[in-house]
Amino acid sequence: MKELTVDATVENITQVTAFVDEQLEELGCPVKAQMQIDIAIDELFGNIAHYAYHPKVGAATVRVEVVNEPLSVVVSFIDHGVPYDPLAREDPNVGLALEEREIGGLGIYMVKKSMDEITYEYREGQNILRIRKEI
Amino acid sequence: MNITENLNGNQLCLSLEGRLDTTTAPELEKVTKSRLDGVTELVIDMKGLDYLSSAGLRVLLGAQKTMNKQGSMKVTHVNETIMEIFEVTGFGDILTIEK
Repeated sequence: MKELTVDATVENITQVTAFVDEQLEELGCPVKAQMQIDIAIDELFGNIAHYAYHPKVGAATVRVEVVNEPLSVVVSFIDHGVPYDPLAREDPNVGLALEEREIGGLGIYMVKKSMDEITYEYREGQNILRIRKEI
Repeated sequence: MNITENLNGNQLCLSLEGRLDTTTAPELEKVTKSRLDGVTELVIDMKGLDYLSSAGLRVLLGAQKTMNKQGSMKVTHVNETIMEIFEVTGFGDILTIEK
């Protein structure tokens, strides 16, 4: 298990992605799964950066773990900001015509569809969001 | 991400390289907000693009809305990961996509 704690800012998404990619490459993670995890980082860490501590800045921890049966990577996103369960949000209507389209909620929806499991819990003042991807 | 602009008459081709995400989407938005005057055909070439996130989808949606008023837009050379994103999000029905 390895983890990285940085300020939850949009500027730090690149650093977080590089940190996770390094672990994924060591594990021989397939390229496609890695790209899907990278997208999830952009969506989830981006959400924390935008909303968790707004208008202040706070820290977020990203933890990478490997679990077996089936072999998977678990990435956890932990912050101490406003309690927020992104999974409670209703899925967006992806069948709307162009003019009615909205982007809100599309990011978390993409993550739900591309990961094998996604869980949220609020514990001891922390938002803990976990994604699991089989590799 | 790198953006290469190629204007040929009324056709503008934007070739994207790298990742279209929260960090880089504003760069593309800057181009699509300032360079589309007089353009009737917009091509967004994704040959060198690894992936995009919802921040990128938002910019593509804005560009498509603009081009619907003044011409056409197509997205070309889409890889498998990006195609799946378009399909899952329903963007496959909104955009004109050439693999």
